[in-house]
Formats: sequence, C-alpha cells, structure tokens
Amino acid sequence: MTIIIMLVQIIILFVLVMLHVAYATYFERKIIGHMQVRMGPMRVGWHGLLQPIADGIKSFFKEDIIPAQADRPTFLAAPIICLVAMMTSLAVLPFAKGWVLADINIGLLFIFAMSSLSSYGVVLAGWASNSKYSFLGGMRSMAQVISYEIAMGLSLVGVMLLSGSLNLSQIVEAQGDSLFGMYLVPQCIGFFVFFIAMLAETNRVPFDLPEAETELVSGYCTEYSGMRYAIFFMAEYIGMMVMASIGTVCFLGGWNGPFSVPFFPPLWFVLKVYAFMFLFIWIRATLPRYRYDQLMDLGWKLLIPLALINIVLTACLKAMIG
Amino acid sequence: MTATTRKTIECPVAGGDDNERYSLRMGPQHPATHGVLRVDLELDGETIIECTPQVGYLHRGFEKLAENRTYAQALILTDRLDYIAAMSNNVGYCVAVEKLLGISVPMRAQYIRTIVGEMSRLCSHLLWLATHALDIGAMTVFLYCFREREILIDLFEELCGARLTFSYPRIGGVRQDVTARFINELERFLHLFPSKIEEYETLIDTNRIWLKRTVGVGVVSGEEALALGLTGACLRGSGVDYDLRKHQPYDAYDQVEFEVPLGSDGDIYARYRCRMEEMHQSVRIIQQCIDQLPPGPIVGEDAPDLVMPNRAPARVEVGSSRYGTGLIRLIKEREVYLSGDTYVATEVPKGELGFYFISDGSNKPYRMHIRSPSFIHIGSLATIARGELIADLIANIGSLDVVLGESDR
Amino acid sequence: MESMAIADRLQAQFPEEILKKDEFQGQVGICIRPGRVVDILRWLRDTDDLRMNHLRSLCGVDNARRKDPSLTRFEVVYNLYSIFHRHEIRVRAALTEDAPCIDSVVCLWTGANWLERETYDLMGIQFNGHPDLRRILLPEDWEGHPLRKEYPLKGRGEWVGMTDLLTQIKELDKYAFDPKKTDSRQRGPRLSNEEGGL
Repeated sequence: MTIIIMLVQIIILFVLVMLHVAYATYFERKIIGHMQVRMGPMRVGWHGLLQPIADGIKSFFKEDIIPAQADRPTFLAAPIICLVAMMTSLAVLPFAKGWVLADINIGLLFIFAMSSLSSYGVVLAGWASNSKYSFLGGMRSMAQVISYEIAMGLSLVGVMLLSGSLNLSQIVEAQGDSLFGMYLVPQCIGFFVFFIAMLAETNRVPFDLPEAETELVSGYCTEYSGMRYAIFFMAEYIGMMVMASIGTVCFLGGWNGPFSVPFFPPLWFVLKVYAFMFLFIWIRATLPRYRYDQLMDLGWKLLIPLALINIVLTACLKAMIG
Repeated sequence: MTATTRKTIECPVAGGDDNERYSLRMGPQHPATHGVLRVDLELDGETIIECTPQVGYLHRGFEKLAENRTYAQALILTDRLDYIAAMSNNVGYCVAVEKLLGISVPMRAQYIRTIVGEMSRLCSHLLWLATHALDIGAMTVFLYCFREREILIDLFEELCGARLTFSYPRIGGVRQDVTARFINELERFLHLFPSKIEEYETLIDTNRIWLKRTVGVGVVSGEEALALGLTGACLRGSGVDYDLRKHQPYDAYDQVEFEVPLGSDGDIYARYRCRMEEMHQSVRIIQQCIDQLPPGPIVGEDAPDLVMPNRAPARVEVGSSRYGTGLIRLIKEREVYLSGDTYVATEVPKGELGFYFISDGSNKPYRMHIRSPSFIHIGSLATIARGELIADLIANIGSLDVVLGESDR
Repeated sequence: MESMAIADRLQAQFPEEILKKDEFQGQVGICIRPGRVVDILRWLRDTDDLRMNHLRSLCGVDNARRKDPSLTRFEVVYNLYSIFHRHEIRVRAALTEDAPCIDSVVCLWTGANWLERETYDLMGIQFNGHPDLRRILLPEDWEGHPLRKEYPLKGRGEWVGMTDLLTQIKELDKYAFDPKKTDSRQRGPRLSNEEGGL
C-alpha cells in the first residue's frame, strides 16, 4: 500500500516538475521580452500560454539527426544522464512540513553528488558528438562546474554548522518561524558565494560560456536535435529549480512564512523559489558574459577563499556563543 | 615597426606542448561573424596561435562592373558596399566624382548630404553597438539599439522611400528636397536620442563584466595601427588624430562645429568610447545643419541629368542642362569629361572610404578602385588576435566594426 | 606642403627614377620606375618634413585601352598621406606587360599585405618578397585575372567549383534519392535484397 502511495506521489511530483519546466521557459521568454521592449510569445493561446506545449510537441516530431561519426551509445546516453541526475535531486527537497519524498539524513550531500553526476552528462555529450565546437563546450563546462561546485559546497558548510544537520527538513526547522531566524542574515557571505556559484552550476549568464551562442554555436549540445535537445533543456531548468530550492531551504527559511496558508502549505516555498528564478532571468537579460579564464579566476581566487573565511568565522562565532 | 604584445594566459584546460594544437574553423555561417567571414584558427587549448581570416564570399566585382556603367549608373553599386550605412557610401562616391569632373554642388545640397551622412553614421554605430554587445553577452542592448535605429530608418523612408539601399545623393546634389515633416521628425528624434545613448551607457559602460571583457583586450598601439592601415574609430582609439571630416573637409563639415573623440589605450574599450562619443557629436552636427540649412537649389547646374523631373515636362530645350523632357537622359557629348585621375576619401562610419578614379574622357570611369576600410580591418585581425583567447577574438571582430559587403565589394 | 613641391623634392632626391609628374584637379601624381619603389616610399615615409606615414590605398591599373602612348600596360598606384603635415601625394609605378612584378612594400606597412594580395588576385601583378601571395577575393582555383581589360565582364564560363558541384549532384541523382519516401536513417545507396540490403 505504501508503495502505491509512494508511486502516486512520485508521479504527481514528476508531472508538476515537468509543468514547471515547461512554464519556466515560457516565463523566461515573457520576462526577457518585456525587459527588451518586446512582448515575447503572444500567438499560441491567450498571450502565448500554450507556447511551451507547442514547443514540446514540435521537438517530439523533429527529425532525429545523429552525426555519422558520433559514438552512438554515449551520444544517446548523455542527455539521459544529465536529466536523471538532476531529477533524482528532487526526491529530497522539502516542499512543506512533511512533504518530502525521501527524508534522508544526508540530503544536502546527496544533492551535491547528483549535481556532480550531471556534469558527467555534459562532458560525455561534448565528446561523443565528435565535433570540435561541442568538444570545446563540453570541456569548458566540465571545468566550470567542477570549480564552482567546490565553492558551492564550501558556502553551505556554514549552514551545516549553524543547523547541525545535513537533513534538509531539519535545516528549515532550525531556522525557525520568524524573519530573523533565516540564515540569510548570519550567513550573508555564504549566501553571496552560493548565489554566484548557483549561476555557474546551472550554466546561466554571466557564466554561460559553454553554451555561448555567439561563440560556440550552442556548445556541447550543438549536434543534438529534437527531443534530445529538449532533454538537455529540461535538465538545465530542473537544475535551476533544484538550486533555487537549496537556496530557499538553506538561507531563506524553506516553507516558513509570515502567515500559514491552510490549503496549500508549500505556498511560501514556491514563492521563494520563483523569486530566485526571477532573479536568474533578470540577470540573464542584463549582464554580459564572462570570458573563460576570468570565470575560472573568479571561482578559484575569489569565491573559494571567501567561502573558507565564512566557514572559519561561523565556526568561531558558534564556538563562542553556542 | 613595433612588435605586437603577445599575451600568454594560463588556462587550466590548455595543454602545454605543440602536439596539443588543433584547428578550428569559424565558418562563413556563424552567429558572430557579421556577415560571410571565415576565420581559420589554430588553437592551443583556448589560446589562438594563428588566425587567418578568409574573405571573398561576397565578392560581386564592383570595380569591373563600374567600368561598364556611366558615373551615374555606378552610383547604385555603392549602396551595396556598406549596406548598414548606405548613405555615406553614396556621399563618398558623389564627392569623389564631383572632384574628378569638377562639378559644383549648391550649399543646400551640401547641408542635406551632411545631415544624411551623419544620420547614417548613427545607424551604423547603433548596429555596431547592438551586435558588439550581443557578442559579449548583453542581449538587451541589442533590442534597445534597434528600437532607435527603426526610427532612423523610418526617417530615411520618409526622405527617399527606401530603407536599405537609398541612392539618394546624386552627382551634383541630392535627388529631391527634404520636406518640413522630415525636419520636424528629425528634430524630435534629436531631442530624445541623447537620453537613449545614456541608457545604453548605463547598462554597460561601468559594468564590471564589460570592463573585464574589453579593457586591455585587443591592444593596438598608434604606430602599429597606422602600419596596419586602420582608420576611423579603430585608429582614433589608439590616439592618432585622423578624421577626414577635419583633415580634408567635404560637404558642409567645415561650416559646423564638432569634436573628434580620441582614445589613448588602443583597446576595445577605447574604441567603444570613441564611437559612443561620435554618436553624441553626430547629434550636434545634425542639429547645427538643420539650424543653418540655407534655401536654394538641390542640384548643381552642371550635374549629370539623372534627376527625375519634379514637375510635368515643361518647355525645356533639348540639350540644356536642366531636367530632361520626361525621361532620364544620360549625358551625351559633353567635353566636361576631363581626363585624369583623382583619389578622394570621406569619413564613413567604418573608417576611410576612398575612391580612386581614372577618367579617360568618356562617360564611363576607366578605373574605379574602392579603398574599403573593412577589407583592411579584417586583414589586421590576424595580427590583433594572435595570442588571445577565442572569446577575445569575437570581441575583437565586433570592435573592428567590419561589414563584409564593403570588404569584398 | 603643396603636392607639387613634394613632387619636386622627390625628383631632386631620385632624379633617375622619375618618369613624369601630372597634376589634375589639385592632386599630383608622380610616375616612377618600379625598380627602387621601396626606397622611394621609405624616403617619403621617413623624411622629417614629408612623413607620409599613411598608405591610403594600393591598387593596380591596366592601361590597355588608354590612348596615351607614354603609358605602360600596368601600373601600381600608391596613394600616400601625411597625418602630421596633412599633405598627400600619389606615386604610380609603371610596369611592363611581359613581367608585371614589383617589390612588395609589406616591410614598410603591414597593412599592404592584403592590398597587394588583392592586386595580384584581380590584376595579376606579382609582388616580390610578399610573405603570402595568393588569391584573396576569388576562389583559390580561379583562372584568369578579372580586372584586366581583356577579361570579359561576364567571365569565361562557369567556375570549376560550380561545375564539380553540378556533376556531383547528377551522380547523387543516380541513387534516386526521394526525400518523401526514405526515412532519415538511410545512408548510402539502397541495396536490393540479394545484395544484402533491407
């Protein structure tokens, strides 16, 4: 019986996340459009609301082109690795009190592990496409993700110290109900490092060099078409959502809000995640792109030392106070 | 000749020895190459060891074509040179032919040609900023610039009916007079445009990422720029004060006051600031021209008869130099065709556009050579991009402001 | 300095190299022998009161249809300008038909590299000492030099690359490729059943 309930929960989560991904692309196009003095999708459905569905159906029917000299098994497996790794992270996210699929004690570590796995998919895609552009994009992306993962992990160590646990629900409960319990205030350096590392992990502007359209014509996914390309896309947006959720859970108090809503407990969680997504999109519309070596400089020479300083400060404060 | 500064950048991914070299071709179809330009790169990781641009994909043989057309017919070809700022090519051609054949231009036509020349400079710089920012990643500036450019193109359409290839300036003047509505709309545009330039500058001028991508990148010293043949904002960004509007003024440029912005560092940021300042100065020039616009005829007395009659064919005597009777009449026997050669250059938005004409006394040019700035700028890319990263190559192509129509002719 | 004064100074410095001086519409052109063109241009560039440091343009001229008998078949025209002194001069090097070659000025101005390649490509004038003299605007295997006066305006037939492409298309038609019937995974010619195909 519990298995059936678990399966139903998984299916509901899956469907909701797919819908979220689809409409996240819609919102991105609309918001960037309005920031750029134009309107975004307007034709398909009222104000373009059916656009993501139309895009999904279109990519389903597109011709599946596989380059002749590509390594077929790896080529086919790479997008799946990306997607599966990212989707698995969804299992440990606490949407509300008790609303989590797998409340494991090492939730945060699990998410790190999964995001590392997804970078595997990227480099395999670049290599298997047997094209110089893709190869370059894959290499760049791998190096970028590895560097910023360290920064991200270190920035969350402060949160772990303060809350005393890796379990995501316990981290949220340790922040308590009030606005000032949020770890945003004592961990402001950590939040800063985490935010920048989050942008780099998900390959978003200003760190979107691996898919820099004007340089590498779409980077590691140049040779993919149709549904496989859509899978990469989905993996990126689910990654954004997972990272935004981690940010919400660790720094913004998770599902806590000023007043509780009876019918829909995850309301505050969803609002905070969407605030992060809006920030992602806003930054994409505004900032230019970093060059590769400047990106590496930023990760290794600025963020990691800052994160380490944050850990030291947090540990000292905790030892003195607690 | 000063040697280029070679930059070595430590890249975590790049290999060390020569065996790691591989070649990449940014082909004619590429989102960032501003036309059909092919760049063959030899890379060591991310660093460019050799960069060989290949042009010629858009070669249409203008110089050969011009030898088989009359001077007035060859004017149409010049539209297709720098199709982004087509008016300035036409003006350059007309100024060159007028010098060759000794044709005088009335003052009103000179002022009008200055106005449209500066308007097309604004068009060109707006498109340059849009594509340059897009290449570096700032997508929004692209759309803001195109919003203003659309107003300018609408003004051009009001003036002469075309949006891209105008052929509005003619040898000896312009094709038709400006209307009051055009002047009003232009003044309205001039009132709102400086605030728009500030809008673009706010978005990128002091942005840390933009500064990191452009300051100290693509540095060219003054003597090196001269040796490479760079002109226009690329040369002025390196500190050499060479602007043909001040050195050899043509049209009404000696009647208006304006400054020529000069950079000093010779990097991409200096060229960017030069062009932004040039936009401000263009607004100033257009405003002064509108204020000083004298009344009078718009085509010279001894101009070739290629102006469509503005009114119904009046009783004009055949053979007089006024409008032809109802049809376009090309010049027949006129001993006004002198025989000799001239080189006349004008300052187009991309640099120095020069026309070298040889006339042998017939009504077709014997030889027309176009000195195109984009051709020379692309040629200098091999020197400028050596030793830098691929991302810098894209930024460099953007800052050299090339258009392949002008380069390949 | 007036252009004619520059021309006189040049004639005083290199008296045997100057063939004639022309003035037209205020611009002066000096016709020189091609032998010492690099020395002459270097002297023009480096002399203090001339300082012609900007090579504005370099082009070739084919004088086949001019009626003036004193002109040689080919000329290479250098337009020089001095940014410091704001004066200009034109130097025309007269070449003969049987061997239109001249020394390259790449050692003086790096930018002359592409200009000379273009002159070689369209006019067929060889430049001695050029680091990389090959075609630039036309494809590598083009035959002929289009800007010469005997080259017809519409060219001499189709380019080799185009005819090759058309023959290749005809060959592929042999395999009866019909985009409506085949699916995308088909590669190569269709083999019939006894040849081991599907």
